[in-house]
Amino acid sequence: MKNGITKLAFLIFFLTTSLSATAQTSNGGSSNLFIYGLIAIAALILIAVILQVSDNLLRIEAKQLGANKSGENFSIFPKAGNLFGSSSPEYLGSDQITHLKQGHDILLEGVAEKSVDHDVQANTFAVQPPNFIGMSPIPKVLPEVGTSVKAGDVIFFDKKRPEIKYTAPVSGEVIDVKRGAKRSIAEVVILKDKEMQYRAFDKFDLENGSREDLVNYMLESGVWTFIRQRPYDLLADPSEIPNNIFVSTFDSAPLAPDLNFVVEGKEAAFQKGLDVLGKLTGDKVYLGLDARGKSAPAAAFANATGVERRWFNGPHPSGNVGIQIHHTAPVDANNKAWVVGVQDIITIGTLFNDGKYDASRVVAIGGAEVSNPKYVQTYIGANIGDLVKGNVEGEATRLISGDVLSGKHVPAEGFLNYFDDQITAIKEGDYYEMFGWLLPIAPRPSVSKTFPNFLFKDYKFTPDTNTHGEQRAFVVTGQYEKVLPMDIFPQHLMKAIIVNDFERMEGLGIYELSEEDVALCEFVCTSKQPLQSILREGLDAMLDQG
Amino acid sequence: MGLLNFLKKIEPDKKKSPFLHTLFDGFFTFAFSPNTTTKGGVHIRDGMDLKRTMVHVVIAMQLCYIFGTYNIGHQHFVALGMHTGFVEAIHLKLAYGLIQILPIFIVTHVVGLGIEFWFAAKKGHAIEEGFLVSGALIPLIMPPDIPIWILAMAVAFAVWIGKEAFGGTGMNILNVALLARVFVFFAYPTTISGDQVWASTFIDEFGTVKAAAGSIADYSWWHTGFFNGLFDWMGLDTFQQGAAVVDGYTGATPMGIAAKGSWEDVTNVYSTSQMWWGAIPGSVGETCKPAILVGAAFLLLTGIASWRIMISMILGCATMGLILNAWGATEFMLVPWYYQFYIGSFFFAMAFMATDPVTAASTNRGKWMYGFLIGMVGLIIRVLNPAYPEGWMLAILFMNVFAPLIDHYVIEGNMARRAKRSGKAVETAA
Repeated sequence: MKNGITKLAFLIFFLTTSLSATAQTSNGGSSNLFIYGLIAIAALILIAVILQVSDNLLRIEAKQLGANKSGENFSIFPKAGNLFGSSSPEYLGSDQITHLKQGHDILLEGVAEKSVDHDVQANTFAVQPPNFIGMSPIPKVLPEVGTSVKAGDVIFFDKKRPEIKYTAPVSGEVIDVKRGAKRSIAEVVILKDKEMQYRAFDKFDLENGSREDLVNYMLESGVWTFIRQRPYDLLADPSEIPNNIFVSTFDSAPLAPDLNFVVEGKEAAFQKGLDVLGKLTGDKVYLGLDARGKSAPAAAFANATGVERRWFNGPHPSGNVGIQIHHTAPVDANNKAWVVGVQDIITIGTLFNDGKYDASRVVAIGGAEVSNPKYVQTYIGANIGDLVKGNVEGEATRLISGDVLSGKHVPAEGFLNYFDDQITAIKEGDYYEMFGWLLPIAPRPSVSKTFPNFLFKDYKFTPDTNTHGEQRAFVVTGQYEKVLPMDIFPQHLMKAIIVNDFERMEGLGIYELSEEDVALCEFVCTSKQPLQSILREGLDAMLDQG
Repeated sequence: MGLLNFLKKIEPDKKKSPFLHTLFDGFFTFAFSPNTTTKGGVHIRDGMDLKRTMVHVVIAMQLCYIFGTYNIGHQHFVALGMHTGFVEAIHLKLAYGLIQILPIFIVTHVVGLGIEFWFAAKKGHAIEEGFLVSGALIPLIMPPDIPIWILAMAVAFAVWIGKEAFGGTGMNILNVALLARVFVFFAYPTTISGDQVWASTFIDEFGTVKAAAGSIADYSWWHTGFFNGLFDWMGLDTFQQGAAVVDGYTGATPMGIAAKGSWEDVTNVYSTSQMWWGAIPGSVGETCKPAILVGAAFLLLTGIASWRIMISMILGCATMGLILNAWGATEFMLVPWYYQFYIGSFFFAMAFMATDPVTAASTNRGKWMYGFLIGMVGLIIRVLNPAYPEGWMLAILFMNVFAPLIDHYVIEGNMARRAKRSGKAVETAA
């Protein structure tokens, strides 16, 4: 459609220039002018029609040849990007690249230094059933409190889907089963042994084993829990075959861990994990690669085999797997995609290579309140208080499992969420600010040009959790579209969710979105609307409807 | 933070006196950004909020206010045949303008904000900022002599029926400021149309239009007492009681002349640069094109107003102007299309009225169509409608009504595209 607008603009431009010339010469107004005008309009329309028809014919031809899928421009109108745009980086080769214009990188103080601190160790670890969307609140917990488990031992399963086993990330003693509201199970806490003991798994023959056996093997060992399904972000259904499996190899969120650094030394396990996913997928495994930098991403990503590579260049949320799916093979109610994180793939690969469930994770600790931002080596569900001990300044600090946009607020004695590989610490912002809406004293992140932020592109902000305003009705339009690189109308979708219009929700693409994708929209929202929770309500409602 | 503590201390009880509490809350959140922190969802929020958005629109209008105030006085003295030079007796012109515009500004806000506060208290939520902009816009689009009671009724109608009845800020279908103007236009047409209302002196407080030539300017105590005293002391010119409108003065706007005659008739009275710079009769804020364009540029640079609407509106108006030029059936149609931008309030409508995000189309493609159609329809009304020679108010209100329809088709298009894609994908998968 963009092309259409360009064409229209051209047409009007010609019209104005040609006609104004004639309009000025015969100001008195005569029938000649009228006739010339008509002729000019007719000629322009004729030219426009010819251009349009030939353009369409070219596109149809490209489609019939199947050439249009390569992403090249088959229109007779050049894309603006081809004329002036940046040329693709050299390491790309002939791979397909998607340039995403919409989005915004929030630069924050406290980027983790690229070194792993092995001295920082957590003592307790927890698997938290609420981390899994759609899980029944009271899963069946197998080990009694006080018994010890090995890494990879089953600790609970959902009674609705008993085939999916959730296993212990570390070996040790189960010291607590914490309950939440209505006796739901919030945390199963394990006190880690000094020496890790791994449950021994038989090695699986990936070459000759059947898909069914493979699925059962993964279910039993607990690595199935790393595979999530879009839409809805539920754990994947073992009885289904997805259209595609997607892996994003970079995280563009604020202060996110650099996965190129994380994957160092684990290349073999990563490749093995990709091979496993290749057996599971219906069609392809897509690897979303980072084309933002001047240098190529880690070889483990760039040279991975058995996958389709897709490169993405653009600001956050270009690294979100949901965005990458949207630009590769969009999902809907019937066409599902599975997504797996990079570190989860490494765990899967280690299981198939070494026969042990190694849930180790490299976690980035960052944020302005962290005195020494760095990476630590730990395991899934580590105690956050242990990991940040002595490393967080200030009294009123908010600890977040995940990034500042879509992470969860956790208390100091809380645990890292199952899928998170990042901890952020920022200041709480419970202060009054005199005329803060008009004359802000401290710099704050914003996409608005009413702040001088756009002049200081590299400035790193020290954010706090103040809302900088009160919640209002939707007033401003078009601001979400600027930070969501998808063919979706977020504001209209949100309104459809609020009024429970299922047809519209589906039509406007609710299946393609996950909370992390609209997180940036929520950040920029002038009306301070809670978009992520609105979206989740909508997804839940869709799920209930079936 | 002495002030903060003091304010916290005098906070009225929400249950006992909801209206006072709303009033307090409105003032308090104006003085201090609240201390609320994010809960669930994102942990950091953009520094932009609705107050900041709205106040930037108000800032963008300030040049229009300054020039508008001056021009009220200027037109007044031109009618009296005194101080006709553009820079003569600026102090008198500003003083006269101030005396005219301050009551308009104050009444607009008292009535409008009063209703807003009352509804906010009734609904039990905080006051929303929408009226900040509407209240600043309304004085700029009224004739300088608008009787205060008519203005009060118009504002009450616009805020009550036009906005609160639909659910308040963000929910209204029609532009509130234009609704106030259109109310005056239909209910008291003599005060807002014709040749005699655009220069201050001609309407009395009951809305009766006085005869033009020969009528005597009557000054209030503010003119002859307060300001004359002040200017006397400073040794400047003063207001002269008993000055009469000169013979041959019409007070017609360029638009009014063009509607009845040809472009030559217009240029006989006003030069093009006069029209461009705004020393012509008209509504308070609409005459000075550079002041409006500076405001528009400010809105575009800060990203608050939609450039799509502004550009497409110019394109729409230009296109329609060319078509009318080519048609050329009447004298008005033959006014060169680019001079259509010089007369009337095109730029003001473009910068501040059409870009209201609540009533405009909400999709980007919709905005192109919305702006383009306003440009076309507005010029059609201006040129082809025999009764009233200015079209932007009616065109924008008209397109406000159609904006949801435009959005509907844009969204349906998106939905159809998605449905088609998933339909195809199912086929290939099967």
